[in-house]
Amino acid sequence: MFGWEFPPYISGGLGTACFGLTRHMSEQGMKILFVLPHIKGKTVQNSTLELLAGNKLDLSEAKIRKIVRNKTLKFFLVDSPLRPYMTDSSYLSKMEAIRSINDQITEITRKIKTVNTVLDLSGDYGRDLVGEVTRYAQVGNYLGATEDFDIIHAHDWMTFPAGVEAKRISGKKLIIHIHATEFDRCGENGNRQIIDVERYGMDNADRIIAVSHRTKKIIVEKYGQDPDKVTVIHNAVLKETKLEHVRLRKGFNEKIVLFLGRVTMQKGPDYFVEAANLVLKNMQNVRFVMAGTGDMLPRMIERIAELRIQEHFHFTGFLRGVELESMFSMSDLYVMPSVSEPFGITPFEAMLYGVPVIISRQSGISEVLSHVITVDFWDIEKLASGIINVLSHPELSETLVEMGHHDLEKISWHHAARKVIELYKEILS
Amino acid sequence: MVSVCFYFQVHQPVRLRTDYNFFCIGKDHNYEDSKSNREIIRKVADKCYIPANRTMLKLIRKHKGRFRISYSISGICLEQLELHAPEVIESFQELVSTGCVELLGETYCHSLAFNFSHREFREQVEAHREKIRKLFRVKPSVFRNTELIYSNDLAVEVEKMGFKAVLAEGANQILGWHSPNYLYQPAPCYKLNLLLRNYRLSDDLAFRFSDRNWDQWPLNAAKYAGWIHKVAGNGEVVNLFMDYETFGEHQWADTGIFEFLQELPGRMILTHPDFRFQTPSEVISSCQPVAKMDVPYFISWADVERDLTAWMGNSLQDSALQMAYSLETPVKKSGNTELLHTWRKLLTSDHFYYMCTKWFSDGDVHKYFNPYSSPYDAYVTYINVLNDIKETLKRLEVLN
Repeated sequence: MFGWEFPPYISGGLGTACFGLTRHMSEQGMKILFVLPHIKGKTVQNSTLELLAGNKLDLSEAKIRKIVRNKTLKFFLVDSPLRPYMTDSSYLSKMEAIRSINDQITEITRKIKTVNTVLDLSGDYGRDLVGEVTRYAQVGNYLGATEDFDIIHAHDWMTFPAGVEAKRISGKKLIIHIHATEFDRCGENGNRQIIDVERYGMDNADRIIAVSHRTKKIIVEKYGQDPDKVTVIHNAVLKETKLEHVRLRKGFNEKIVLFLGRVTMQKGPDYFVEAANLVLKNMQNVRFVMAGTGDMLPRMIERIAELRIQEHFHFTGFLRGVELESMFSMSDLYVMPSVSEPFGITPFEAMLYGVPVIISRQSGISEVLSHVITVDFWDIEKLASGIINVLSHPELSETLVEMGHHDLEKISWHHAARKVIELYKEILS
Repeated sequence: MVSVCFYFQVHQPVRLRTDYNFFCIGKDHNYEDSKSNREIIRKVADKCYIPANRTMLKLIRKHKGRFRISYSISGICLEQLELHAPEVIESFQELVSTGCVELLGETYCHSLAFNFSHREFREQVEAHREKIRKLFRVKPSVFRNTELIYSNDLAVEVEKMGFKAVLAEGANQILGWHSPNYLYQPAPCYKLNLLLRNYRLSDDLAFRFSDRNWDQWPLNAAKYAGWIHKVAGNGEVVNLFMDYETFGEHQWADTGIFEFLQELPGRMILTHPDFRFQTPSEVISSCQPVAKMDVPYFISWADVERDLTAWMGNSLQDSALQMAYSLETPVKKSGNTELLHTWRKLLTSDHFYYMCTKWFSDGDVHKYFNPYSSPYDAYVTYINVLNDIKETLKRLEVLN
């Protein structure tokens, strides 16, 4: 399995999803080698997982050093600055070259025989994204030749060249798993080259897993894939992680409405700000928090200042660990106004903290939650009135939390993992 | 006789903790980054204040009282010096005791108070007078507002408070064809005098001294004195106003700025009998205003625009300023002197300077000792702190 990120080094929902899925698949008897571009070169400590470091992979001796051993799940870390949600324009400008990525891969993999040093993905190619993707593909090529496996499973576009390479060398079947497309991240103004890599992955895959029906629709309509090739397997949530939570003391009395996610066009932070402004015209005992960072953050901060709602709207930057948990447990309402969300795992997390949620209709998660308030992302008036209703009617808030728990009971990684395994069996038979 | 009038600004803000985040609001009332404030004041003391004061004292003694200068030292800078570099206070006391050094009045916290609250402005000027009286046993009679921010209205207010003169920028937009090298009178005033900064000659030292791309580089004392001597016959006073940090901090010691300073007074007055050094108070007693100067809008000495856009005008700055001053009434109503002092320190102009988004021509100056990586970080931190003060005011039941 080729991934991008894994707890605790995550910047988004992809790592969380891979963690939940692989954990339950291994519990159901799957042996998984999980390959990861890894930035810190540190060991990820986890009792149930097995990790391998790609930067310790010595191609000359074909030796793999295992960092953590476990019977069923192996992890493979590749030292690289690769990040799943990169929109840095300096990288994007270099994406020109990705059109010919297949040629590059072939060329570089040919060179492999002369390159006999430790695979260091932050080496030659520096911070060049194309280079990183290509070198990651090289890892796919190497593993395809040396590892023993039955199926290849690649998560999102940056791993697709690696997956395709592994398939080319090994002749094994390839499944690609779409957690988000470029159309979700950037609307119609996506990067052509990234879209090309996505299509390249889909075209070369034997099967495609989509995290929602919404995503399947995009895969079929925008990437021209055969609907029969695409299987929908919804994401889930790891329930045992957060049931034990203490309500932290807030330094103030107002209720908290939370936006938590990347502050990018995809996540609809601007709609959250405008809705907050409408709410504050009607009620004062509320504070809004925007947790996360992204290219739209400066504009959001300026907008708050312009609207003069700085006494009721706060920015925390990117949160992790204790701060992240505190943020959820302090909140009275979670809002996910995503413009386009293939799935969106954070509402689950909010619900585990007993926080009611309002989500946009344009999200895959709305397909599996029946007891949440949904609004169109652009309908800020409806969003604002939803926020006011939940905050001013405790009984509504309680009902949402209670019914939400019923929804959650039906959603588990166990089911998702079983569906993936069934799909494997179907392909291999 | 032409008077050369030196005034040096001595100021360091109290910087905030850059890690003061959302989770601190209502719980953590410790806002200041005491470590970096201490380190910066120590660094500036060692690189600038101590060696520059030593040089000034030597020059005053050498020229037997003919070298005369003035300082404006902000209240919060004095506080920080008392705490972390008391020897600097002592050396300023020694300078004042020579009788050749005048201290000017300003707002205690180097604030923009005049633009937002006249009451707060008067209180801060009074607090600053008191601080100067306590430490130096003198009463300032010449005023300079934060960053030379000035207008007709300010002049009226300053005159009411008993000052005899006020300093301002000799900005092109107010001077027109006039020369900055004369004494003026603010248009609405009859007693108050106005000294205008000669920005070309001042900035030759403050900004250009070490600039190797400048066609006049390297600048020596003889050449510079020559430029000043050209004023003879068409001016009465040359006002050289600049940050004191010019000596040793903006222009490092290795640029030769201290050697330049040591040589300058001799070159200026010994080689030309018509030139002398005077402090602002001495200038107004020996010169008469030549004309009224009408300044209906605000000017300052900052950036190329010489206006207020370094501290206000973008939405971040305006919303922060508005929120800060909106807390004045409840803070004062609380009667809590410690809280009042904490709030006052948040009015220091530097906090708003850090939120400036016009990076084009003056970005480098704005980055100087700026603790934040962006104006957005500066804003978010500052607003978090104000929100905490608001919570304190609510607990004290002076705010709903």
